[in-house]
Amino acid sequence: MAAEKHSPLAQFEIKQLIPMEFGSVDASFTNSSLMMVLTVIGVSAFLVLGMRKHAHVPGRWQSMVELSYIFIANLVKDTVGSEGRAYFPFIFTIFMFVLFGNLFGMVPYSFTFTSHIVVTFALALFVFIGVTLIALAKHKMHFFTFFMPPGVPLLMAPLLVPIEIISYLSRPISLSVRLFANMLAGHTLLKVFAGFVISLGMAGVFPLAFVVALTGLEFVIAFLQAFVFAILTCLYLNDALHLH
Amino acid sequence: MPQLDISTFPSQIIWLALTFATLFLVMWKVAVPRISDVLEARQQRIEDNLDKAAAFRKDAEAAIEAYEQAIAEARSEALGLINETAHSIQAEAAKQEASLAETLQAKIAESEAAIAKAQETAIAGIRDMAQDVAIAATEKLSGKTPDASVASKAIDAAMKARS
Repeated sequence: MAAEKHSPLAQFEIKQLIPMEFGSVDASFTNSSLMMVLTVIGVSAFLVLGMRKHAHVPGRWQSMVELSYIFIANLVKDTVGSEGRAYFPFIFTIFMFVLFGNLFGMVPYSFTFTSHIVVTFALALFVFIGVTLIALAKHKMHFFTFFMPPGVPLLMAPLLVPIEIISYLSRPISLSVRLFANMLAGHTLLKVFAGFVISLGMAGVFPLAFVVALTGLEFVIAFLQAFVFAILTCLYLNDALHLH
Repeated sequence: MPQLDISTFPSQIIWLALTFATLFLVMWKVAVPRISDVLEARQQRIEDNLDKAAAFRKDAEAAIEAYEQAIAEARSEALGLINETAHSIQAEAAKQEASLAETLQAKIAESEAAIAKAQETAIAGIRDMAQDVAIAATEKLSGKTPDASVASKAIDAAMKARS
């Protein structure tokens, strides 16, 4: 039991806080749920309270809010174009949800819900299904020409179409595994090196320095993975709206 | 590995859906409109100010144009005045010069007349003196006193021959 507690993977354990049942399904409020709720509160507070002054000349906080808004607005405009405006609130939500989830996960003794494949996969699958439905609604049967790029000789079709279909279907997997694996690896590495600090005695300063540097890197990754998740969602949306 | 514990999946998915939907609603209905309102208001204000600045600039340009026109007008007016004055001065000078020349001419003529008169008087004086000299000389030479009228005739003849 003691060894289990100090395992680098112990930090990813789901702990029931308030047991709940939804029909026969377990819907318990867990530490993961708590972090999700805190993320929602954090993002909402950050954005809504930051804008409470409606200042023409923004202060520091309002500047940060505006900066994140403009950052994602430009991302959507550059990758999807003007048609992407309607989807901006969704992309912005994804970005902020993942970003704050990652950042709150950096707080010691907290929990990173993005380090669970089921969460990232559910998000990615939702994006994937949504994007596919948008594409079908916009292009009807014409959507299926997406798997046969224009200008390719018909002879190549038997080879190319299955490859395109597989690559399309693997999108939610790559999207979710990228985020999940980054979070899992980063936090595990931090824990492993932190474990050496005490056991190595005086030489423990080296793993300690490494952990400090790695923590900085993890903050960059927390932002970067949220950005990558948002930009890939934009690219998939662009494919759905414009096909090729 | 806790990530592979399938028994926790339903709870995670349910809470993800709940929280994500909540956040999306907050974003969609509150946060995004608020931020875009402020950004649009700012953009509007910047554009208004730019418009105002452009109007001011136009005004300034009009003022500069009017000023330059006024300066050009004043300059041409001044030039006209200078030309006019120069002309009148020149005319005055010419007039004065002409009148001066006339007076000088008159004076010259007067002086010439005076000189001629003086010459005549002088010549007459010389003739009288010559007559006296001739009479005295004849008296000394011949012992006879010639008649004045004879002497005068002789001198006249001599002066005629000389001149």
